[in-house]
Amino acid sequence: MGLFILRRVGIMLLTALCLTFLVFYLTNLYPNLEKLAKTQGNFRMSDEQVESFLEKGGYLQSTPVKYGEWLGILPSYRHTNEDGTVQGRCILPGKTAEESPNFCGILQGYWGYSTVFKEEVSTVVGTRLALTGRLMFWVMLLMVPSALILGILAGMKEGSATDRTLSTFAITTTATPEYVSGVIFIAIFTSSAVGLKWFKGTATQAMENPTFENFFLPVLTIALYGMGYIARMTRASMTEVMTAQYIRTARLKGVSFPNIVMKHALRNALIAPFTVIMLQFPWLLNGVVIVETLFNYKGFGWALVQAAGNNDIQLLLAISVVSVFVVLVTQLISDIGYVYLNPRIRIS
Amino acid sequence: MEPLTWTGSIAFLNPLLAIALVLMTASILAWILASIVLPEPQMTVNPDGTLTSGSGIRNLIQALMRYSFLASVGLAVAYIVLGILMGTSAGIIGAMMQQFLPVWFSLILLYAMSIAFKRKLGLYGKLFDSPIGMIGFGLVMFWVFTGIFGALDLIVTHDSLSQVSGMKNKVPGTPLPSVEDGEYAWYLLGGDNLARDVFSRMVKGAWIVVQIAPLATMFAFMVGITLGLPAGYYGGRLDTLLSFLANLILAFPVILLFYLLVTPEIVATGVPNYMAAVLFIFPIIFLGVLLNSRYYTRPTFRTPLLIGVLGVALWLYLSLISTGGYVVNTDAYGIWGLPTFLDLFDVPAGILVVFVSVVFVNSPTVFRIVRGLAMDIKTRDYVAAAQTRGEGPWYIMLWEILPNARGPLIVDFCLRIGYTTILLGTLGFFGLGLPPESPDWGSTINEGRKLLSVYLHPALPPALALLSLVLGLNLLADGLREESLKD
Repeated sequence: MGLFILRRVGIMLLTALCLTFLVFYLTNLYPNLEKLAKTQGNFRMSDEQVESFLEKGGYLQSTPVKYGEWLGILPSYRHTNEDGTVQGRCILPGKTAEESPNFCGILQGYWGYSTVFKEEVSTVVGTRLALTGRLMFWVMLLMVPSALILGILAGMKEGSATDRTLSTFAITTTATPEYVSGVIFIAIFTSSAVGLKWFKGTATQAMENPTFENFFLPVLTIALYGMGYIARMTRASMTEVMTAQYIRTARLKGVSFPNIVMKHALRNALIAPFTVIMLQFPWLLNGVVIVETLFNYKGFGWALVQAAGNNDIQLLLAISVVSVFVVLVTQLISDIGYVYLNPRIRIS
Repeated sequence: MEPLTWTGSIAFLNPLLAIALVLMTASILAWILASIVLPEPQMTVNPDGTLTSGSGIRNLIQALMRYSFLASVGLAVAYIVLGILMGTSAGIIGAMMQQFLPVWFSLILLYAMSIAFKRKLGLYGKLFDSPIGMIGFGLVMFWVFTGIFGALDLIVTHDSLSQVSGMKNKVPGTPLPSVEDGEYAWYLLGGDNLARDVFSRMVKGAWIVVQIAPLATMFAFMVGITLGLPAGYYGGRLDTLLSFLANLILAFPVILLFYLLVTPEIVATGVPNYMAAVLFIFPIIFLGVLLNSRYYTRPTFRTPLLIGVLGVALWLYLSLISTGGYVVNTDAYGIWGLPTFLDLFDVPAGILVVFVSVVFVNSPTVFRIVRGLAMDIKTRDYVAAAQTRGEGPWYIMLWEILPNARGPLIVDFCLRIGYTTILLGTLGFFGLGLPPESPDWGSTINEGRKLLSVYLHPALPPALALLSLVLGLNLLADGLREESLKD
């Protein structure tokens, strides 16, 4: 088991390295750097000014060298200005070149400086992740129990009225992407044209003061899209369990139907949905980006849109590291959890 | 001109429809409750051997549900028929139904032909045995026909880009201030914030989806199959490497990838052109290997066949990837492609990058599915028999394993077209790739949402259109799965 986890962590690190290099390569293509220079300086910069701006920031070195600097395995670039002052990635405002370390990358715990938010990347990611974490917590709290209940009710008796109705509902929710359901919810529940006005159309206030009124719609929008899929998987696994031999034996012994469902079927039926729920995290990440844009909730997804729109290289890299980390860790947890829940499978 | 109401002179149908719908909802809820609360219906055997079940509350509810469902369907058909006959005097609904006339006609023709010959049509014919599959197929074909006829300018009432002054954000059914000859006198679903016709834009948007989504999904399948079959069949190092690459792409959040790939800056560097050149070569490899593995024992037939098929495929491939005589044309350098006089069609750079990234995002998932299926099927007896006969590995993969994996693949193909439609909408929603004035559903939803608290009509039609198309594809996949499991 220990070896298995060690191997998985190794693959995880390799994947993260490959992906960050890919992001690094794409964000460091010259047209992207030009865009960065123009958003940082001004939009009417001439080609020479762009060149000298990029030269000063050390952007014109080769990509592997810059990547090494970002990782912290190469000494970072320093530029001596005409007045003798030295500027560079490691030299924070208010420090001199002598005081600053030579190496500053993620190995040293320095994630860089965000050019959009004018803050250190680690603080940006920290605050935004906390906001998104709150959103995700409520999404999970709403989505997982309701999806499991839906799936179990539908899977108890295959082909029954409950099954047909709930399955149709589940299919409809999986066919409704967040930007459609979100728009429909906003139209029905918040606009003055319909006049219900039960909820708020934006979740900006929910960042400081989340209430049911301003936080429920974003949570519902994300939860609904993921719910249908989990419910269908739960239903499939439940119908499979309900046709198993031991369930028939229990029925023939005279165990009551509620008892069969609760005591005999449920535990085995919940193994497969567990992995599905874990693998839903990457999908939720997409939903988070759409919903945070739609409801103007300034969390992780919103930061991603800002960073990508302005080619904020350091922030984009940090965001991709975090999201890749989330994806791979949930995969690892789902694998380990599957082995733990299902004693028939052992990793040799 | 008078503004149109929603139903005009057929408004007498509205209360009837409302009653039918309320009854149907109530009876469905009662049905669910009854199936939980009431005991199973008792069957009694009569002396003559027939069965009677007690006609309890269950049967009553079931009958109520059936009749209210039939009534709703009948009323909906009445709306359509009356709308076709009466046109604008039946309000906005009637006028729209009349505009959709070619679509209704094609749908009826398609269904009549398919049901008449359903026993001779294989899996497609079996689809017409499942009500769910029929509903799904109907929804999908509605939008396909809408897209095609919309592209032929049959359904649209106005040009999807032209702006009419005084029609900004006007509610559905508003008449135009001054009607010229031969011009449609109303904005059926209102005007958007640039005074364009919402209805026509929705219809035109269907064409964009119908063009891109199935084709992109097909390319993704070609890539996934060409790489997934050997990975699953051979296993070992090749499998490890390809799986690692697939997981690499899958670990990337889709939206981040789109934001990195689908930007004007990336288009300027020519990266999408390189990706297109690599990704689009897989169908050619697939076709070549498919035909060669089957016919290599008959070189006299194989060689002309391969030359013909691959020649056409290569020509299409080169015209697809080259634009204006270049494969890659950046400021710094260019790579020569097919000369312009041989170039069959040009793909605009914005569309190409959207297409490439959608294929790129979808193919690793297809790869994983195909790989799993190949690993499962290669242990079967008929594969062992083919190996004993001395068939080559590619013959076994493409002519033994692939046809036997078709069931799950067809189902996944339908689901994946739906997912691709959602992805295209996502791209439009974030304003990536497609030009801002493009009528695709994602972009129109994005434009409409900004004024959503005051005007609902620009955002809702494309949202509901996208919802119904994807729902149709999901139902179709469900119906196909059910029918293919039956044998």
